[in-house]
Amino acid sequence: MRPFTYERAADPAAAAKAAAQNPDARFLAGGTNLLDLMKLGIERPGHLIDVARLPLAAIEDTADGGLRLGAMTTNSTVAGDPRVRARYPVLAHALLAGASPQLRNKATTGGNLVQRTRCLYFYDPSKPCNKRDPGAGCSALGGLNRGSAILGQSEHCVAANPSDMAVALQVLDASVETVGADGATRSIAIDDLHRLPGDTPHIETSLKPGELITAVVLPPPPEGPQAYRKARDRASYAGGLASVALAGGRVALGAVSLKPWRARKAEAALAAGATPAEAAEAELAPARSQGGNDFKINLTRRLMAAVIQTGKA
Amino acid sequence: MGQNHLTDAIQRGPVTLVVNGEARTLDLDLRTTLLDALRETLGLTGTKKGCDHGQCGACTVLVNGVRINACLSLAVMHDGDAVTTIEGIGRPGALHPLQVAFLDRDAFQCGYCTPGQICSAVGLLAEAAAGAPSQATADLTAPIALTDPEIRERMSGNLCRCSAYPQILDAIRDVAGAGA
Repeated sequence: MRPFTYERAADPAAAAKAAAQNPDARFLAGGTNLLDLMKLGIERPGHLIDVARLPLAAIEDTADGGLRLGAMTTNSTVAGDPRVRARYPVLAHALLAGASPQLRNKATTGGNLVQRTRCLYFYDPSKPCNKRDPGAGCSALGGLNRGSAILGQSEHCVAANPSDMAVALQVLDASVETVGADGATRSIAIDDLHRLPGDTPHIETSLKPGELITAVVLPPPPEGPQAYRKARDRASYAGGLASVALAGGRVALGAVSLKPWRARKAEAALAAGATPAEAAEAELAPARSQGGNDFKINLTRRLMAAVIQTGKA
Repeated sequence: MGQNHLTDAIQRGPVTLVVNGEARTLDLDLRTTLLDALRETLGLTGTKKGCDHGQCGACTVLVNGVRINACLSLAVMHDGDAVTTIEGIGRPGALHPLQVAFLDRDAFQCGYCTPGQICSAVGLLAEAAAGAPSQATADLTAPIALTDPEIRERMSGNLCRCSAYPQILDAIRDVAGAGA
């Protein structure tokens, strides 16, 4: 691991300012993804800004009947919160479908949103990857691409976003609060946080240099059923091949795109009276696969129809 | 640590860990994981290094009473924290009930994963007692009952290459049932 210097941030604005002044710096929260990548030499920061002890670990009621989840809340804390379990079960179920208990006890809400893809080639420094080395090429095209994206990918990158939590946040219309290097705060809609790869797959979010996520805000939950279902290679502790979140009339997909994928075409179809299968078909009509992940299109279609049907029952 | 300016940042530093009740101040390369600090610096080799990437659970310890993977944490992140390793769970002659149950149920073959399994199970029991749900919890608003599917799911972060899973389940059920 490359040597690094370390500081413990005094407050969120100071952390953002310090990060903006040093392009070689990374925020360190739970560390479950960053330290793994540092051991592999994929992340090589020269400086770590430890934000884990910032006073951002509260879960608070908001004036409009929603919840504000501090960025340093752990995945376990959020999943176990009685308000989340009662009013946002899709979020609790999504969190509990991810990682292991030990990892959820450490991984944070803010860190979950900026975790990196698990694409095999992103994780293999001996192979070209446009995320690690822009312009180098994408090894997953024509390579082992069983886990690759089927929606929104480009000729430069077919990686998928591994987050379960963010899929639930999509159907909850969550927003992300941040503080920037100049101390200014702003709110970003969850759908505007993650970017599709296009020709800049190394730029993964709309966060500016140094900008620190301070909270995730959940508006009051939509009327109607909520559900989260994840298909994967083993019953627990495995990344998703596809996942579906449902809340009221909203649907989102996980592990199928570099963005947690809000299924707006399916939602529009459902609102117009389509069956669950027709809604899934509407969303997945543009889906494209790369060989190893051909099965994902049908898997996602069926999973989606099944979850929507469950919501109608 | 406590330095807030880049100019003051350093690549080594003193880190104080309260390990099994005893405060230990170590001079560490900042890259040192909590796992390596325990094993290599403090000589507490009960905590095992399996994958070193958070995938196997052999390095599970309790930090401030909560189970985590010691391999995916830097020691410096835990300055001032209370760390409990298998050496602090029980002693010869004063074994923890889970250690007794693992012996009674023969819940191991090679034993390499066992310290992590037991520390993880200690964390599991505390989490269940606090009402924390899991993926196996169908009704998120109902009280938690440690059924076999619940125990299996809650132990999914600990792999056993010898596949002693049925006996590990039996051992944890014995203790969970006794405490219920």
